[in-house]
This record gives sequence, C-alpha cells and structure tokens, in this order.
Amino acid sequence: MSLQISKPWLPLDEISVASLGAQLGVYELADEQQRVVYIGVADARSHFGLRGELEQHLGTAVFFRCEVNTAYATRHRELLMHYFAVNQCYPVRNTQAETGSLGRLS
Amino acid sequence: MQLELTEEQSLIVAMVRRFVREEILPLEMNLDPDADRLEPDDEARLTDIVKGMGLYGMGIPPDYGGPALDMVTRTLVAIEMSQHRAGLYAPCYGVFGGAGLAQLFEANDDQKERYLYPTLRGEKRGFFGLTEPSGGSDPARAIQTKAVKDGDDWVINGGKIFISGADRADYGLVFARTSADKGRGGVTCFIVDTETPGFHVRRIVHTLRSAHYATELQFEDMRVPASNVLGEVNKGFAIANDRLSRQRIPYSAGCIGVAVKAHELALEYAKVRETFGAPLSSRQAIQWMLVDNEIDIQQARWATLEAASLADRGEPFRKQAAMAKLIASEGASRVVDRCMQIHGGYGVTKDFPFERWYREMRIRRIGEGPSEVQRHIIARDILGASLR
Repeated sequence: MSLQISKPWLPLDEISVASLGAQLGVYELADEQQRVVYIGVADARSHFGLRGELEQHLGTAVFFRCEVNTAYATRHRELLMHYFAVNQCYPVRNTQAETGSLGRLS
Repeated sequence: MQLELTEEQSLIVAMVRRFVREEILPLEMNLDPDADRLEPDDEARLTDIVKGMGLYGMGIPPDYGGPALDMVTRTLVAIEMSQHRAGLYAPCYGVFGGAGLAQLFEANDDQKERYLYPTLRGEKRGFFGLTEPSGGSDPARAIQTKAVKDGDDWVINGGKIFISGADRADYGLVFARTSADKGRGGVTCFIVDTETPGFHVRRIVHTLRSAHYATELQFEDMRVPASNVLGEVNKGFAIANDRLSRQRIPYSAGCIGVAVKAHELALEYAKVRETFGAPLSSRQAIQWMLVDNEIDIQQARWATLEAASLADRGEPFRKQAAMAKLIASEGASRVVDRCMQIHGGYGVTKDFPFERWYREMRIRRIGEGPSEVQRHIIARDILGASLR
C-alpha cells in the first residue's frame, strides 16, 4: 500500500460527494493548489461513512480524495504521520486532539 | 496445583471485575469500535483509580516498586482486564500500566539509570525488536540484521517487521547477528535510542488488529555504543527466548478473558432472542455451542493457571506455557466464532464487539509463536531435547 492516498483529486461538490459509497475509510481535503489542508477519517461512528463525512465539509475546501479502508484507524494515523515526516508539520486544519499522540515515521 | 482461589485472590478478582464493568465498559460505549486509547482525562482518572487499588504496574518486580503479586494472581487479573471490546490488545486501555521491558531488569546499573528507571517513571517508552521479514518463528536463525564492531561502537544494518510501539518509543531492544556462523549463539541484544541516525520507522503495517499497530523498521549504518549491549555479546537469544516463554501466560489470559465475555453475551442473548416462538437457548444446536464454549474456556483457564503456578514455584513451565497458549488461542477463537453465530447478523456488525474480537483473535494463533511452533515445543519436550 502506498503511504499516500493514490486516488485522484475530485472537486469537493455535491455531485462528487453524492457519488461516494457509505463505506468506512480515510480522506484528504485540499485547497485550490491541491495542498492538503485536512486528513480525516470516516470511522464506525460516522453516519453514511465517507459520503456522510465529506458532506459535512462541503464548501470548506476545493478538492478531496478518499480511500475505502477497513483499517481506517491505523490508516488515518499513518497518513498524518507521513504528512508530518514530509512537511515537518500537520495539515493546518487537523487539531491537537487528532495529532497529539501520534508517532513518527522517518 | 490448588484450584481454589485464596480470599485475597477472590477480592482482587472481584475488584478488577467491578472496575471493568463500571469504569471501562461505559466509556467504551462512546468510543469508536476500533479505538485503542481513552481520552487523556479519562486515562488519567482511571490510572489514579488503579494506583489506589494497588494494582498499577503488575509486571514490575516488587523491588522496583511493583505490587507483590504472584503469577497466578496476575493471570487471574489479566483474565478480568480483557473482558471488553478492546481487551485483547488494549486491556483496560493501558491504565494498569506496563512492566516496561522486562529484560531491562537484567541490565547493568548504567543501563538501568538511562532506560529502566525512566521507563518505570513513565518518562520513556521502549519497543521490542526481534521479528524480521525473513521470519519470526525461528528468530535465532532468521535474524539477518547484522551488527559489526567498529572501535567502541557497533554498526547495525538491517530491518525488523511487526514491531509494536516503535514509532512512539524513545528506545528499543534490537536483536542483531554478531557472529555469522553460530546460529542462536551469534545473536546480541542492543539498546537503541530511536534518535540515533540511521534508525527509521518506515511504515505502519496494517493488520486485522485495531489496537497497537505494528511498524516496519530499517537500520542504515546505525551506530550504537558498546555500552548499550544488553547482557553479553552473542548471548542475546537467551534474553529473547526467556521473554517468549513468559509472555505466553498473560497472552493466554487475554484470550480467555475475551472468550469469557463473548460467552457471557451469548448466554444472555440466547435466553432473550426468540425464533419460531421459543428462545434460542431452548434449541439443542445453540445449547451445544454454549456447552462447547464452556468446555473451551475451562480447559484454557486450567492450562494457563497451571503454567502460572509452575512459574510461581520456580519449576520448568515452558511446555505448560506452550500448551496454555495453544489451548487458549485456539479455544477462544472457537468461542468467539460460536458467539458470533449465535448473534446472527448482529454478530458481524460493529454494533457488537464480536467482529473486532474475531479479527484480533485470529492473530493470537500466530503471534508469540504460532500454534505449530507451540506443538513443536511440546513435542520437543515430551520426545527429548534432541528433536529438531
């Protein structure tokens, strides 16, 4: 498995989000330059999985990409840790609660 | 072996059981089903409660500040601690504290100052780095990571896989080959600081397990001072092997705890769920599943407590620990499978804990030595040490 989500960026609009399934997994939000601004997870508490989670972000970013993954918890951590290893910081919209106890990749 | 619990053991078991049911289970209702940690406030509060109970750091020898509990009592407690959704790999979400790395109790004074005591104070974390991509069941021969002496240092190159906690650790125990032609007699244990240049955590290894994910490590010209050799050069395998035998007892206890909880849920459900006008519990097919659960759990409990009792008496227990691990991991897997079947469609949803137990329990037949290795250990014991 690639450390990054390998799916293409899609516009974060109602049409793209409505086409998603309700599976569990991880997703990334990006700005107009396709720079990642948030790494999120649709866990088992999500209503309607990835579709439900991304509906809540409509209008807050320009692009998204997602990955259906039943190991969503560890995959979410891995994406955040990989982002930090590359950028020496976390995405601007991820909170301390989401990143505070993460490990390191190098 | 005495099968009746002492009054003290009964009190401790009851106390831990109440703690799990009154403190852990309610919190778990609001966590993601795959969660492996509590909110920091809850973790701190529950850790204080455990310290008040006198049960914090059960794996720590009394000389180092741990509670004076024998292995049988610790096994009984471990069976209770795992009776919740995350219980197999995150019993009580870690609020009972860990033992640190038990091998460090054998370290020299300087190493204890630098690694053991900070670990016991909660200031440092360690990892145990044994398994390699070339295999984990025969670690002495599979280890390909090499350490070469260079002046006062050792230079290590190679890699490890399925290593828990390395990405958050300050140091780790890394086993490397220091003599090419000595088999298990050519392995040395090094204490490695994770800040050392050349130490890399390359990725998370995603598995069926929700809690305590594994990582893959790579060492590139990693320079470790000779003062960080744990024990003696070329005698590291004994350090690893001792740990593998001892670890099988609490490993078995965790399986039993999950089986007990799954069985309890299935018993309750079978009494209230009706099909064709009668409760499931009135059906012989269901009754036999529950009977088989009961038998699997009892066998595993006796085998594990016997191994613990032998360890307490200072007698050889390697065969009994292997039998306990074999019986508990395979028996508990069957129990969880039956309980899932009894719950029907609900059993496979994330609304219930069975799907997580089912996934994570599958690993138990492989981790800490697969069932085939346990059988090999038992065969070697009953047929003679010459069997290879």
